[in-house]
Amino acid sequence: MAEKLVIIGNGMAPGRMLEHLLEASPGRYDITIFNAEPRVNYDRIMLSPVLSGEKRFEEIVIHGDGWYVANGITLYKGHRIVAIDRDAKTVSSDHGVTEPYDRLVIATGSVPFIIPVPGKDLPGVLSYRDLDDVNAMLLAAQSGQTAVVIGGGLLGLEAAAGLKEQGMEVTVLHVMPTLMERQLDPAAGYLLQRAVEARGIKVITRANTKRIVGESKVEGVELDDGTVIPATLVVMAVGIRPNVALAKEAGLAVNRGIVTDERMATSDPDILAVGECAEVSGMVYGLVAPLYQMARVAAAALGGTGDERFAHVDTPTKLKVTGIDLYSLGDFADGDDREEIVLRDASAGIYKRVVLKDGRIIGTVLFGETADGAWFADLQKKRIDISPMRDTLIFGQAYQGGASADPLAAVASLADDAEICGCNGVCKGKIVSTITARGLATLDDVRAHTKASASCGTCTGLVEKLMQLSLGDSYNPAAIQPMCGCTDLGHDEVRRLIKAKSLKTIPAVMQELEWKTSCGCSKCRPALNYYLVADWPDEYADDYQSRFVNERVHANIQKDGTYSVVPRMWGGMTSAKELRAIADVVDKFAIPAVKVTGGQRIDMLGIKKEDLPAVWADLGKAGFVSGHAYAKGLRTVKTCVGTDWCRFGTQDSTGLGIRIEKFMWGSWTPAKVKMGVSGCPRNCAEATCKDVGVICVDSGYEIHFAGAAGLDIKGTEVLGLVKTEDEALEVIVALTQMYREQARYLERIYKWAKRIGVPEIRRQALDDTARRKAYFDRFVFSQRFAQVDPWSERVSGKDKHEFQPLAALSFRQAAE
Amino acid sequence: MNWHDIGMIDDIPARGARCVVTPQGKIGVFRTADDRVYAIEDHCPHRGGPLSEGIVHGAAVTCPLHNWVFSLETGQALGADEGTVKTIPVRVVDRRIALGLDLALMAAE
Ligand code: SRM
Ligand SMILES: Cc1cc2nc3c(=O)[nH]c(=O)nc-3n(C[C@H](O)[C@H](O)[C@H](O)COP(=O)(O)OP(=O)(O)OC[C@H]3O[C@@H](n4cnc5c(N)ncnc54)[C@H](O)[C@@H]3O)c2cc1C
Ligand code: SF4
Ligand code: FES
Repeated sequence: MAEKLVIIGNGMAPGRMLEHLLEASPGRYDITIFNAEPRVNYDRIMLSPVLSGEKRFEEIVIHGDGWYVANGITLYKGHRIVAIDRDAKTVSSDHGVTEPYDRLVIATGSVPFIIPVPGKDLPGVLSYRDLDDVNAMLLAAQSGQTAVVIGGGLLGLEAAAGLKEQGMEVTVLHVMPTLMERQLDPAAGYLLQRAVEARGIKVITRANTKRIVGESKVEGVELDDGTVIPATLVVMAVGIRPNVALAKEAGLAVNRGIVTDERMATSDPDILAVGECAEVSGMVYGLVAPLYQMARVAAAALGGTGDERFAHVDTPTKLKVTGIDLYSLGDFADGDDREEIVLRDASAGIYKRVVLKDGRIIGTVLFGETADGAWFADLQKKRIDISPMRDTLIFGQAYQGGASADPLAAVASLADDAEICGCNGVCKGKIVSTITARGLATLDDVRAHTKASASCGTCTGLVEKLMQLSLGDSYNPAAIQPMCGCTDLGHDEVRRLIKAKSLKTIPAVMQELEWKTSCGCSKCRPALNYYLVADWPDEYADDYQSRFVNERVHANIQKDGTYSVVPRMWGGMTSAKELRAIADVVDKFAIPAVKVTGGQRIDMLGIKKEDLPAVWADLGKAGFVSGHAYAKGLRTVKTCVGTDWCRFGTQDSTGLGIRIEKFMWGSWTPAKVKMGVSGCPRNCAEATCKDVGVICVDSGYEIHFAGAAGLDIKGTEVLGLVKTEDEALEVIVALTQMYREQARYLERIYKWAKRIGVPEIRRQALDDTARRKAYFDRFVFSQRFAQVDPWSERVSGKDKHEFQPLAALSFRQAAE
Repeated sequence: MNWHDIGMIDDIPARGARCVVTPQGKIGVFRTADDRVYAIEDHCPHRGGPLSEGIVHGAAVTCPLHNWVFSLETGQALGADEGTVKTIPVRVVDRRIALGLDLALMAAE
């Protein structure tokens, strides 16, 4: 029979330990966990984003209920272990459950330290440790106005920033002269204080709390010097103590924490301790990196898989307050045997300090610009003698070795743990080793396996260079990329064959072009659907199941599963009536956020999916149609005030913008299309960074295209000058139709133009008037089928199933 | 385990999905091109994306938030991603769909 493993506490350390144990020794133990918190394992360090509202609890769960079921683990939620009987080898919970063990792991974490002042037990005084604390703070923030956070360390500042985000007036009291003095030197502490104050948080340093004032609940905090700061909520974040009471009572060796050897065994060889409650080689820890190391060591010890030993490594500290960049590592106290290098840029709020001993880095503090943190840490860890680069060291990695002449060499010289992809936190070593280990040959594969460049994509160039370095000449980024794993054909080939073979449905394309999968994937299906919509506007029945959810429900999905709705405001013009209608909708549906977009119109965010049709019904009554803010289609036409009002205006730019938008809205395009019309070369509508832009001049209309201002920034190319508004419209429409017929799915105009060449586009869409007219006519034809307001269609019942659950099971019903 | 009737197979578009609301959270119910029906918890292990709103292809779905792909049969993430969603037993009789909900398991939260 499997041995019985019992774990006390279900925090981050044992969670990680179980992952290692289940992987290396599945089935070895029959596992039972007791957790005083009534919930599954979650990422405690992400409580601050939950407090500030950036994340929901569900998003920080590490192991959901399903995980325990799948791994056959019994989890007692809300059970606090009150006794360990080492002779009988059992543990007992406060709910009366007694469980025998062969091996026991104590992972009780820490308890927040509460300063022993009068009033500390008043309702409204909280600590900051678990989800209950966060929920209590959120509740207090709803009704209360003022909070005092006692403690200017990492936790205190994160709590303060979160409460401020929730709309409270916040004061931080810190007993030392500067904030986070254990991780930051005074200079950085001062900059941090300024940054915190800049968010409207008050900071009082050298503040000694005398008592907490209040009758039946908190009313304020009184300091030594008699000052009283009013508060409806007090959060104590002054430190933590390893939670050792249980171990002590059981007679285990306890010092500051539960004493363990380097293999995490306590003084009783059948009992291990991991996490913040453990003390190994005289050290206790309060950051997850070392705890994860303990977890690995303990798993190996339990599984009998290898002789891992815990070894101390310095862990960097970073503050998780959006917009404050701070990094500290190691030892930075002054001393006779130490030297330091400091860089300050007061206007940019940058401070960097590296502490050296015998030519090697022993401590680093970075404030305001932390990108080189990993590089400094690497030099420190490897104990590299920095004397040769002493003069440029503080400027960071980019300044070393006169690099950057040859970009490939610069990439080659990066350290293995240099971060390449910021979005996904992927470092060079991981990318290179994955390419080699798995024999990856395409960018898509590298993205799939490492996540590098899979989010915003701005590091694609770096990733491709790493591929070039690893694969040599065999990597040829110019080779035809298949559309996706379902076919060997590229986009152009598929577009050509759809026309040549008159393929008019997705199954027909897949059949005739020998797709390798039965019904495609989420890459090729939306592309094929677009090609068919564009090529056979009257015959093809749009396949909604091949559209991304935004284009199916005609709203933008948000990170929490709600939607945002952006109605058209033609050319950015609106009226009191329209604004009033929007205000009414916002009130009626309690829409949590209203924002003016970067596209001259209004976004209503956080709408429940079920509410969408009703929201649209009301908007429709006021005359609004969908703004297609979600579409691979025409988005906005930005305008300026032009001759209507402006003393410099040369033409009616507003009127032309509205005319273009009304003519072209509803059309589907390979990627989104944004336009702008400016009334003169001062260009207030930013027309010269749009997909298509018009600059009005005295002699007519200068037509621009192929600009971008997103992931890439690129000024437009000039297509040509036309004399009349009618002509301008015709050329713009022809250009767009040419793009619709030729580009690859998801290819913006500027990328398509780079491939085709500006002269060729000019020839077809401007100079060759017959061709230009033919493009124009085909666009007009396709608009007959496309220009239907999708919102009013759905208000009248189309696709009702999208907006309602199939069924709702209530508890009663579910319990039958 | 108890079987709960939730509706007709025709209420779900082919290569599509609907969700079912339960006190323990949402369940996504999927219909493939060849009329197989699957149910999985409607909560992507990555960042909680509503899987029932993703694109359905073969017996798999792509999460609408960041494009992880899950097998509807096993609940396992496909390709290079790692993660699992709970699968829920489904019975289809005369085109009516029933979900098998294990009460003890579902009420654990
Ligand atoms: C709402 C808005 C931000 C704002 O609050 O102002 C916005 C919001 C989003 N943008 Fe944007 N962009 C918005 C204006 C812009 C602009 C400015 C502009 O249009 O003048 C740009 C730069 C111009 C450009 O496109 O070149 C811009 C460049 C991007 C990009 C980069 C595109 C590129 O090819 O480089 C993306 C990513 C993408 O499309 O793949 C993006 C993607 C997004 C998405 C759709 C992200 C997503 O996939 O969920 C955001 C949707 C939020 C939502 O649900 O409402 N957004 N986005 C703006 C809506 C304008 C509108 O009224 O329709
Ligand atoms: C708001 C916040 C932000 C943080 N930010 C960071 C950060 O940015 N970076 C970083 O590295 N670290 C951070 N930390 C610290 C990190 O979260 C902890 O180091 C880590 O969670 C400790 O893990 P653990 O497993 O030792 O204990 P915990 O995660 O605290 O888990 C202990 C569990 O044991 C339970 N328990 C206690 N006694 C008993 C008992 N007798 N019976 C049953 N169960 C019991 C508790 O209820 C608790 O759930 C942060 C902590 C907090 C609170
Ligand atoms: S820049 Fe655009 S895509 Fe990025 S977070 Fe803002 S809205 Fe979203
Ligand atoms: S939430 Fe599903 S992929 Fe990110």
